[in-house]
Amino acid sequence: MSVRYLNCGDTAFSVEFGSTIAPDINARVMGLHARIAAERAAGRLPGVVETIPSMRALMVCYDPLATTRAALQPEIEALVTGGLEAAAPSRTLAIPCCYDDPEFAPDLPEVAERTGMTLEAVIARHTASDFHVYVLGFMPGLAYVVGLAPELELPRRSQPRVRVPRSSVGIAMNMTTIYPFDSPGGWHVLGRTPLWMFDQRREQPVLLAPGDRLQFRRIERSEYDAIAAQVEAGMLDWSTLEVKA
Amino acid sequence: MTAHLIVERAGLFDTLQDRGRIGFQALGMPVAGAMDRIALRLANALAGNADDLAAIEIGVMGPTLRIEADSIRLAVVGPATLELMAGPDTTAKPIESNRSHTLQRGQALRVGMVDGVSTAYLAVEGGFALPPFMGSGSTYTRAAIGGLDGRKLRDGDALPLVRAAASTREDKKLAAPFDYGSGPIRVVPGPQEDHFSEEGHATFLGSEYVVSKEADRMGIRFEGPSIGHSEKGPDIVSDGIAPGAIQVPGAGLPIVLLADRQTVGGYAKIATVISADLPRLGRLLPGHRVRFAAVTVAEAEALRREQEKRLAQATAGLQPARPEGGIDIDALYELNLIDGVVWG
Repeated sequence: MSVRYLNCGDTAFSVEFGSTIAPDINARVMGLHARIAAERAAGRLPGVVETIPSMRALMVCYDPLATTRAALQPEIEALVTGGLEAAAPSRTLAIPCCYDDPEFAPDLPEVAERTGMTLEAVIARHTASDFHVYVLGFMPGLAYVVGLAPELELPRRSQPRVRVPRSSVGIAMNMTTIYPFDSPGGWHVLGRTPLWMFDQRREQPVLLAPGDRLQFRRIERSEYDAIAAQVEAGMLDWSTLEVKA
Repeated sequence: MTAHLIVERAGLFDTLQDRGRIGFQALGMPVAGAMDRIALRLANALAGNADDLAAIEIGVMGPTLRIEADSIRLAVVGPATLELMAGPDTTAKPIESNRSHTLQRGQALRVGMVDGVSTAYLAVEGGFALPPFMGSGSTYTRAAIGGLDGRKLRDGDALPLVRAAASTREDKKLAAPFDYGSGPIRVVPGPQEDHFSEEGHATFLGSEYVVSKEADRMGIRFEGPSIGHSEKGPDIVSDGIAPGAIQVPGAGLPIVLLADRQTVGGYAKIATVISADLPRLGRLLPGHRVRFAAVTVAEAEALRREQEKRLAQATAGLQPARPEGGIDIDALYELNLIDGVVWG
């Protein structure tokens, strides 16, 4: 599919690489996102304010008092046609997750029943899944993380929950997510991480970034409590979550 | 002793807002910021500030604020009813909006109803001494960040002030209320025109829509004729949402997304309101009626540049205002009649 440039008013336009959720399409989105950031860091592309990656498109936000669409689009087109390096996952993070407390995992039995697997098998599939953060949105720090084992794919709950606790780990379709806040939600909750996806005490408060690769690491309740205490105290160094190759 | 503005009685929905939290949408962080950037900028200009200081965005009905500083210069822009009280249990006197006032310790300003629009802005000289979050003082209540503790103002709040006293420069007023324009709200069609039928586009551009009760900082849900989708339907794989994006879910009624909009969304968007007309949308109240008219991207950019020129003229052309805190109605009336001669 050829790249389309879609009108989003006079402060943005969307560079659409495809209409489906696919790794090669998202790789081009992230490639352009990174390329524009590099150009701006080098003092080029004046008037670009920020870029918003999604599964299949990159929104380029600009200041119409500093540039025009007619001047800016050809510069972006040149970056696209010049070839985008598939952005390698910037880092791999191991996300500790406690699946064993029924309070943390209200939907685990139902997921097991609907997929015809044991609880252990569901947990094993989730921890074995190779996840990639495609996009953050809907609320600050909420990541859409693609790569769920196909055996676990289910539609969203028909009756969303009014309140899903912060740091709940849910699945729906081919994705997993981690709730950054207590909020309503329709994903099937399999466990809870002691990590906070959004910690406003930090200068950079959002843990995940588009392009991250994620693995879930099963932990016991005792380890959950120990990490949760560190997180609560603001003592957890996020860089310790990175898995070195 | 730190200088403060004390919220004696909060209004309906007062939040601190500046131009917004820019540069973090890739992390899912909404921009937030003023619903009406024009009034924010004019209020800051009247208060003697740079364009982008956080001011109090007053939603529908404003607060009563007591001055706990040696003196303070503040300015309210927007059609709000203002009354000054010299102290506790004293008679309130009406004072004018669209100008700055220098008030003294112990005086209180009562901001009443905003007349005919949803928002007005109150800026103080020097700004509020509150820490920015991710580079902005804008309040985003859904994540409880920015402004004062990430929430709307409450009775008893103390807003810390940067300045302990007003500067000695004279008070200023707007030469004229800013002209926001009238007629249809201008939109650029897209990004998902192809998800709507030809009749759907004709309905959208040919009908009157009414602001429903579901109107807040996140967006406005309109009522009116249902907009038909094409065979592609209302759902898309989520993509970015520009300010003023008009999404149309399955029921066919348009929702315009504003300051607190989420960064990405999964409904087809028929058009985007042009940036010059976003402040008009930010002022709409439930029951207001609008029509939409299509323009090109280049036309929208030209309209914005033209508006920017008028705004720069407005801030450069502030006029001296009579240096007092409160006057009675008769004097106000007389003053208005001779304004051009004495103060022009």
